[in-house]
Amino acid sequence: MIEKSVVTIRVNGNYLNAEADVRMTLADFLRDRLDLTGTHLGCEHGVCGSCTILLDGRSVRSCLMLAVQADGADIETVEGLASPDGELHPIQEAFARHHALQCGFCTPGFLMAVKEYLSERPDGGEAEIRQRLSGNLCRCTGYQNIVDAVIELVESGVA
Amino acid sequence: MEPSKRYVGASVARREDRRLLMGAGRFAADLKLQGMAEVAFLRSPVAHGLVDVLDIDEARELEGVLAVYTAADLEGKVESFTRPFYKNVDPEVERRSDLQIAPYRADLLVRDRVIRLDEPLAVVVANDRYIAEDALELIQLDIEPLPVVSDVDAALAPGAPEVNPDVPGNIHARFRITVGQPDQALATSPHRLTETIRYGRSVGSPMETRGVVVQPDPGRGTLTVWANNQRPHLLRTYVAEMLRMADDDIRVVAPEIGGSFGGGIYAEEILVAALARDLRRPLRWIEDRRENLGNARHSRDQIHRIEVGFDDEGRILALKDWFALDCGAYNPFAITIPYNTASHLRNQFRIDNFECEAVCVATNKLQNTPVRGAGRVVAVFVMDRIVDLVADETGLDPVEIRRRNLIPGDLMPYDMGMLYRDGAPIEYDTGNFTEQFERLLAVVDLEGFRREQASLKSSGRFIGIGFSSHVEGSGYGPFEGAKVRVDNTGHVTVHTGTTAHGQSHETTLAQVCADSLGVPIDTVTVRSGDTSLIPHGGGTFASRVAVTGGSAVHMTSELVKAKILAVAGHMLEADPRDLELVDGLVHPRGAPDISLSLSEIAQAAAPGSGGLPEGMGPGIEEQSFYVPPTVVFASGSHAAIVEVDRETGVVEIVRYLVVDECGRVINPMVVDGQQHGGVAHGVGNALLEQVIYDSEGQLLTGSFVDYLLPTATDVPRIEVEHQMYPTERNPIGVKGVGEGATSSAPAAIASAIVDALRPLRIQLNELPVSPAGLRKLIEEAESGAAPMSAATSS
Repeated sequence: MIEKSVVTIRVNGNYLNAEADVRMTLADFLRDRLDLTGTHLGCEHGVCGSCTILLDGRSVRSCLMLAVQADGADIETVEGLASPDGELHPIQEAFARHHALQCGFCTPGFLMAVKEYLSERPDGGEAEIRQRLSGNLCRCTGYQNIVDAVIELVESGVA
Repeated sequence: MEPSKRYVGASVARREDRRLLMGAGRFAADLKLQGMAEVAFLRSPVAHGLVDVLDIDEARELEGVLAVYTAADLEGKVESFTRPFYKNVDPEVERRSDLQIAPYRADLLVRDRVIRLDEPLAVVVANDRYIAEDALELIQLDIEPLPVVSDVDAALAPGAPEVNPDVPGNIHARFRITVGQPDQALATSPHRLTETIRYGRSVGSPMETRGVVVQPDPGRGTLTVWANNQRPHLLRTYVAEMLRMADDDIRVVAPEIGGSFGGGIYAEEILVAALARDLRRPLRWIEDRRENLGNARHSRDQIHRIEVGFDDEGRILALKDWFALDCGAYNPFAITIPYNTASHLRNQFRIDNFECEAVCVATNKLQNTPVRGAGRVVAVFVMDRIVDLVADETGLDPVEIRRRNLIPGDLMPYDMGMLYRDGAPIEYDTGNFTEQFERLLAVVDLEGFRREQASLKSSGRFIGIGFSSHVEGSGYGPFEGAKVRVDNTGHVTVHTGTTAHGQSHETTLAQVCADSLGVPIDTVTVRSGDTSLIPHGGGTFASRVAVTGGSAVHMTSELVKAKILAVAGHMLEADPRDLELVDGLVHPRGAPDISLSLSEIAQAAAPGSGGLPEGMGPGIEEQSFYVPPTVVFASGSHAAIVEVDRETGVVEIVRYLVVDECGRVINPMVVDGQQHGGVAHGVGNALLEQVIYDSEGQLLTGSFVDYLLPTATDVPRIEVEHQMYPTERNPIGVKGVGEGATSSAPAAIASAIVDALRPLRIQLNELPVSPAGLRKLIEEAESGAAPMSAATSS
């Protein structure tokens, strides 16, 4: 028998709990138990970054963590970016303005990685931004418009 | 007066973005149905062998497992693949090219003989994916290995092991194309060179893996299939044929698709449908990345042996090319890829004497199928490499060789002397290649670059510039359809038979419709990727949606507009010819105060409302299908500037420029985005991405740690310039844009590497090139041991 455990986390400001097999990944827990399917799985081995979420303010690959390891954590996912009335977050606005997404599959991971980066109040230029984005893979955009969106966000001081 | 064109040509903001940015897009893996079970495949751990033991008893007993199937369990439930899904070759092409294609059968699950790594042997259906994978571990499998054919040379060697029992001599297909008198022209050329040029295997590798979700309705005997497939209508045809059902009892839906970059119909899609029907339960299969890297969208993988005849001035007088495509164990796309290679090989160059023989070779690998730039990526690298080789032999600058061989702008339209795969003569309809190249040179400031290059070289830094040009036959037929309807609220809905995986069709096709009808774009919604929307659909491939789908939307919108005006004329007791539709309102010309809204007109046209002219059917709705005469030729010229670290072989792309020509541009923002993504794909193909099988047919690149996709630090900023030569082959003047950039980027980068190291003659005759690979070429060139291309003069 696979052991089960109740996992309680705070997701996008709401306390939620659900039962999970102890071997269940955090990504599967978010997607299948909590129906937060905005977090996507691109490789399930920690390279592509599509499943990036913020856990206690730091970016993590939710495919590489078990749900039980996140018990008690404060998690932010893409579903929490826009305000409850539907107003997009400035990062989302910048991505749309710059055509920084095409198919949109990798986008949630990028948005969360960028949110973490901006929270550090960065003042670096394009090279630093490209370095920070290099942990997320995108096959559609060639990254240029994502980079431009982030340059604008850094310059405008969005945190 | 025609309403002014307000949307086509403008960077209209994408209508797809909001849901995707909010994480509210619904991809295959996001679909969850009541009672849904999960599917996992047992795949062959060897590339060739006979199945001795396949024992599923223990797996079947595992708690949470609903069923386990082997080939024997599929008897009577589903047919095998018995024909290529893309053989549609024109009979005249078949005759003129001496085409031979070996038919084969491919079972959905292996019966007794495995002929490629990862071939599916059994399927587990379980309550969740974790249990399904546990069950795979419990299947007892023993395969007696057979000799593995792992490359083209081994496959064609005398006495080579047979790869596929249906494929004699390990040759899936072959053809030969002759233009002019290549043998004679070669014999009389002042100079000749021969070379072997190779291009490795890569994977399309969208960020989303494949996924299939199937909902059976056992009571009605129907199926709904959600699959991230580029051709829902074709998938429906296959499911119908192989499950022996009626087309209309199957609905195929492409949900949100996370990139695709190459099409096809896969065994897993058919199998999941068959098993859902058999088990009377909704099923979901979501591929993992290891499966994707070994089972979906392998492409490129060609070896070319070229002979080139040229004169003292570097004019190319004759080109003969024999090439082999490492096709893998099966050949579902027949000659789609090699014929693309042959028809795009000479791309923008005037070479009157040409022969191209293609051989599709069977090996114990995954099938070679189209991926962004299918067949053309290799063709362009071969041709641009020939330009560099001729430059080396004549001592002329490659820029000069290009200038002397490009088809001059004043010779357009230009007939290339052979047929396209659709049977029409390849005639470049509009464009100006010489102007395109000169524009590129002006933007890049070649003279300034050469000064900088010389100055840096003296301080031990090596920068180089490389050029590439391409054409792209885009908008392949035979048709695409659109249905346009005005509902009672006055809202316009467009249905097409295409799918979208990032290309922004919901935006660009709405732009076309809004302009063609004369309505505000926010009253137009575009829906596609669902067989229930329209009875016939082609799908998305061959950079075809703007060309074929866009034209269909335009044509159908014109029909709808005619009906709107006819109904409005009846309502206003006016001649429809005296009416105009502007900003969603119908007015008598010159009388803007009198108007009817689309809502009023649609309600008048509703069945039974009595507001229709005599004899006219109800509803403001039309459906029509656009049939293109043949493809239209988009083109582009690229320049890459690279810096090579001579000590480490590391290549940095310093600057990248594109001059693109894709006819009338519907949305410049979207077109530029396609250029960026296309170049990035080409950067990966040139420097990073390679599928490697060892001599036993084992995959060494089964993760993103081993198969390297370009990241934000690998891809340079891309500068894009546009030429615009609208085509007259379709009513909206557009050409395709999705794939061209991928075709030129690898060749431009390779050429820049060669240029950076001159006067050292780097024999860069194979892509991709890794830092270690480049170091080896540098060492060979330095020691004079490089196998020079064999050049002779007469």
